[in-house]
Amino acid sequence: MDDKKRFVRSFLVELVVYAILVVGYFYLVLHFLGTWIKTIYDQDKGLYAVVALALMIGQGIVLEIVTSGLLKFIRERTE
Amino acid sequence: MDFLISGQKLDPYYLVTIGFLIGVMGGFFGVGGSFLAGPALFAVGVPWNFVIGTDLAHIVGKSIVAAKRHRALGNVDIKLGAMMVAGTISGVEVGADLIQYLKRHAHVDIVVGLAYIVILMAISTFMAWEGWKTIKMKRGQPPEPEGGIRKDESAFGYVAKWVQGIRLWPMVSLPASGIEQISFWVILVISFVGGFFSGFLGGGAGYIRMPAMVYLLGIPTHVAVGTDLFEIILSASYGTLTHAVKGNVDIMIALVMNTGAAIGAQIGAISTQYFGGPKIRLAFVPLPILGAGIVIYGMLHGHKI
Repeated sequence: MDDKKRFVRSFLVELVVYAILVVGYFYLVLHFLGTWIKTIYDQDKGLYAVVALALMIGQGIVLEIVTSGLLKFIRERTE
Repeated sequence: MDFLISGQKLDPYYLVTIGFLIGVMGGFFGVGGSFLAGPALFAVGVPWNFVIGTDLAHIVGKSIVAAKRHRALGNVDIKLGAMMVAGTISGVEVGADLIQYLKRHAHVDIVVGLAYIVILMAISTFMAWEGWKTIKMKRGQPPEPEGGIRKDESAFGYVAKWVQGIRLWPMVSLPASGIEQISFWVILVISFVGGFFSGFLGGGAGYIRMPAMVYLLGIPTHVAVGTDLFEIILSASYGTLTHAVKGNVDIMIALVMNTGAAIGAQIGAISTQYFGGPKIRLAFVPLPILGAGIVIYGMLHGHKI
């Protein structure tokens, strides 16, 4: 199998695994986070701004680790 | 799914899909993708003030993923990105001030809309011409050797050489970009112009900064894409904070979009390995045209830009 085919195949597998993780994340984390965030938004916009940015950066870093890890794991299995 | 901050009920899978598409483009071209994300959020009823702020927040998360991947591929010049932040932030403030001035003295939507269309079409036309000419010029030449700093060819390279020849103290070296010496003021001016258009036209203005880095500073395309993403993390974080304080960010929408964008950004960033600089620049050409098309549609149908 050439590099490009392997690349596409490993990404398709990664997409399926990732989609399952994301659905779980929606219902387990974001669902409960919403009410808490709304309370901060209503009470203190300055604190909300800091928390919002921290959440975005935190999620960005975590998702980078998850997607890179998944990619590495699946590539090793498909090679 | 209910998004309590903006008071919207939105389909999370729609947001993930939009995030994914924008993530792929962002990872591949080094742009924020606001010209697509903005209209996509507006189309499902998100108020315009939330569209702008939320899009910036989402760009932060997506750019972290894409920039980290580009850094692993050796495509980020951190020194250059850090120097550009100062120019970008001051440019954003001046661009935003001009918007406020136009709001008081002119038809801001028409002025901004026409400026947007002219600039985007000019960028597309120029990049199509340059990319095509460079590919023709490269035909028949031996392939580049593997390893080291990735060199990039451009039919417009003489302009970058002239810009690098400006001796205005302080001079800085950018070894990660393969540039021995360049005036700090040139970097500052170019980042200021990028920031100005970001504040004036909205979004991250990567469609202006990325080509400017390639054609004016002489940065290799792959490094321009990665460095632009790194720079966007810093400038979009600043934008997120200022908009969030004003209550214009629904962070829950941004977090959901980011789940799709993260995987898209990985795909986009890794895909750059399979394309040469001129081909990436040619593939970039339809993006500003698409953005201009969206603006024309909005103007004809009376939507906000």
